[in-house]
Amino acid sequence: MRAWIERQRGLVDFAVINLGRRWGRNLGLFLAYTLLVFLLASVVLYGDALRREARLLLADAPELVVQRLTAGRQDVLPAEWRERLSGLRGVHAVEGRLWGYYYDPASAANLTLLVPAAGAPAPGRVLLGAALARVRGLAPGDVLSLRGYDGHPYAFTVAGILARESELASADLMLVHETDFRAFFGMAPGFYTDLAVYVANPREVRRVAEKVLDRLPGTRVIAREEMRRTYEASFNWRQGLLLTLLSTVLLAFVLLAWDKASGLSAEERREIGILKALGWETGDVLRMKLWEGVLVSLCAFLAGYVLAWLHIFYADVPLFTAVLKGWSVLYPRFTLTPEVDAGQLVTLALLTVLPYVAATLVPVWRAATLDPDEVMRE
Amino acid sequence: MIFQPAALALLLAASLNALLLGGSGVFALHLLRHWNPASGSERQIALERRTYLVSTLVGLSLLLSLPALALFVHNADAMATFFTGAMCAVGSLKANTWGMPALWAMLAGFFLAAAWLVLNHLDSLGWDTPLLRGKYRLLLVLAPLSVVQAGFLWLYYLNLNPEVITSCCGSLFGPAASGVAAEMAALPVAWAMPLFFAGWLLTLAAGGAFLARRRFGRLFGVLAGLHFPLALAAIVAFIAPYIYEQPNHHCPFCLLQREHGYAGWVLYLPLFLGTAAGIGAGLAAAVRADSLADVAPRVAAGLAKVALAALGLFGLAVLLYLRRSHLVL
Repeated sequence: MRAWIERQRGLVDFAVINLGRRWGRNLGLFLAYTLLVFLLASVVLYGDALRREARLLLADAPELVVQRLTAGRQDVLPAEWRERLSGLRGVHAVEGRLWGYYYDPASAANLTLLVPAAGAPAPGRVLLGAALARVRGLAPGDVLSLRGYDGHPYAFTVAGILARESELASADLMLVHETDFRAFFGMAPGFYTDLAVYVANPREVRRVAEKVLDRLPGTRVIAREEMRRTYEASFNWRQGLLLTLLSTVLLAFVLLAWDKASGLSAEERREIGILKALGWETGDVLRMKLWEGVLVSLCAFLAGYVLAWLHIFYADVPLFTAVLKGWSVLYPRFTLTPEVDAGQLVTLALLTVLPYVAATLVPVWRAATLDPDEVMRE
Repeated sequence: MIFQPAALALLLAASLNALLLGGSGVFALHLLRHWNPASGSERQIALERRTYLVSTLVGLSLLLSLPALALFVHNADAMATFFTGAMCAVGSLKANTWGMPALWAMLAGFFLAAAWLVLNHLDSLGWDTPLLRGKYRLLLVLAPLSVVQAGFLWLYYLNLNPEVITSCCGSLFGPAASGVAAEMAALPVAWAMPLFFAGWLLTLAAGGAFLARRRFGRLFGVLAGLHFPLALAAIVAFIAPYIYEQPNHHCPFCLLQREHGYAGWVLYLPLFLGTAAGIGAGLAAAVRADSLADVAPRVAAGLAKVALAALGLFGLAVLLYLRRSHLVL
């Protein structure tokens, strides 16, 4: 074993010296390789981090949301429906929710107005999402004037700005008191936007959903698991689409690697010839060349991954944002939580290192099986 | 469904693997027909040169197979959220008919590639390449297997439909189920546990005897191979319930999850490594060639040490989990 390790160490030493001697050529390859890993790793890291955020957000969502449909569109529902559902076996609690959208011409953005179940501001006051406050240039104490459903302006005093940590979910959010909400949208008392149904046992969610539909046939029931699945599928799809587009870059890189590995200079060929004349076996030359590939791969993979990491978690993802996050006027600014996942690393290695190794194998083998006699005579 | 980074990576890896090994299989046919070490013809020299390429390709394939297998199972576990009824990897793998065959093909590919590499290593140590024909015959099994494996993976990922209601591990390993999995789960602990530990100790004893006296090498290889299904059956029958601390939860895949402290990885990695090395040791011990008379036993002993260490670690991990558990079966 020790002899084997010593042998590999010798080969690695030789490979490093070899790489250093032709550093100009190898640097180009290294940069292209790093760029490839950077691009693919950015997509994978960003998509995974967004998925994680969505999962965390949905963890607190109600198990079921019940919406009334009128002619296929969502409509407000009467408060008595709440009582009709709270008697269902398996239902832990039912809450009527009040929320709506408002198009704000000043910021050219859609705002979400919501009456929180707990901690609502006093009448006449609002709590604003950080992105909204930024776009409108508002601070606590300022007055925000919006035009209500009847054309009259409503003035709200900003009571506070929501914490930046929640910006992913609260960028365009405006929390208001129930009476303000009803007056602003003209919604009569005794009506809600939708109902949140909490189910104690997760295994009963499907059954409860069926019962809800039985009791209120004209409704749409959305399960938390379905929302989660939709988010996951949408992020997966976006990630996969970007990766598929980037596969053209991968292909170009593979061609470059193949070309670099097969285009041996006369000097290199002579070198291999001399090594073999000195007693190196074909297997040794092959291993030395493979070590060169492993070293380049390792360095490029590490560099690309670290750069992607900085790009995603510290530089606010200037590339890919529109595709992966979606597009909107009120962009939330949020910091994603970094996390290393072994599955992610294996995925990236299979997507980048493997094609490189596969592309260079045949040229490396050709180089290693050169006939010393023939090469030295050239 | 196919637009998923891990799925794309696995499909790329399996397709490349099938391409490289498929090509090697064609070469193996050519070699078996024309190989003649006594000849100095150009064809013979070309064949000899090409054997280096094929060895490297199979080496790459083996290097790939374990991470790919791990990623496949890990990804199946992560995909469980997509399928109604799925709780872990079992649900995703059972979401269509191709998941389980793909898993079995990957398992078989790993062990075959490991055996091939042992033969290849031994062959390269003998001056007359005595195992050449044998290893290329084995390659004739490995190459189609890699193509089948890639085919299964493509079929699996292309036919995944999130609308399908799949079965959770409880229905596969539960008392109401039928089939091999349910039979394993239903094994009574009273004799499954002694049987497993007896098998484990016997395997270790054979390995120890081989290291001490250079005898029973082949037996050790056979026992290491048999120990693998025994260990899988034991995991389903009683090790998993002890780890979950639930007498009716037998799933060998939920063990891979974070909630259970990644116990599956702790158990499976040494088990796979130990089994592959044990089978390799048996193969090396069984080699009868004059040019390998000195070398083969040395290689076998080296592999046996690795196998003993890994299988020992596996058994100790099992003991530790049983001891830590609050469950009494």
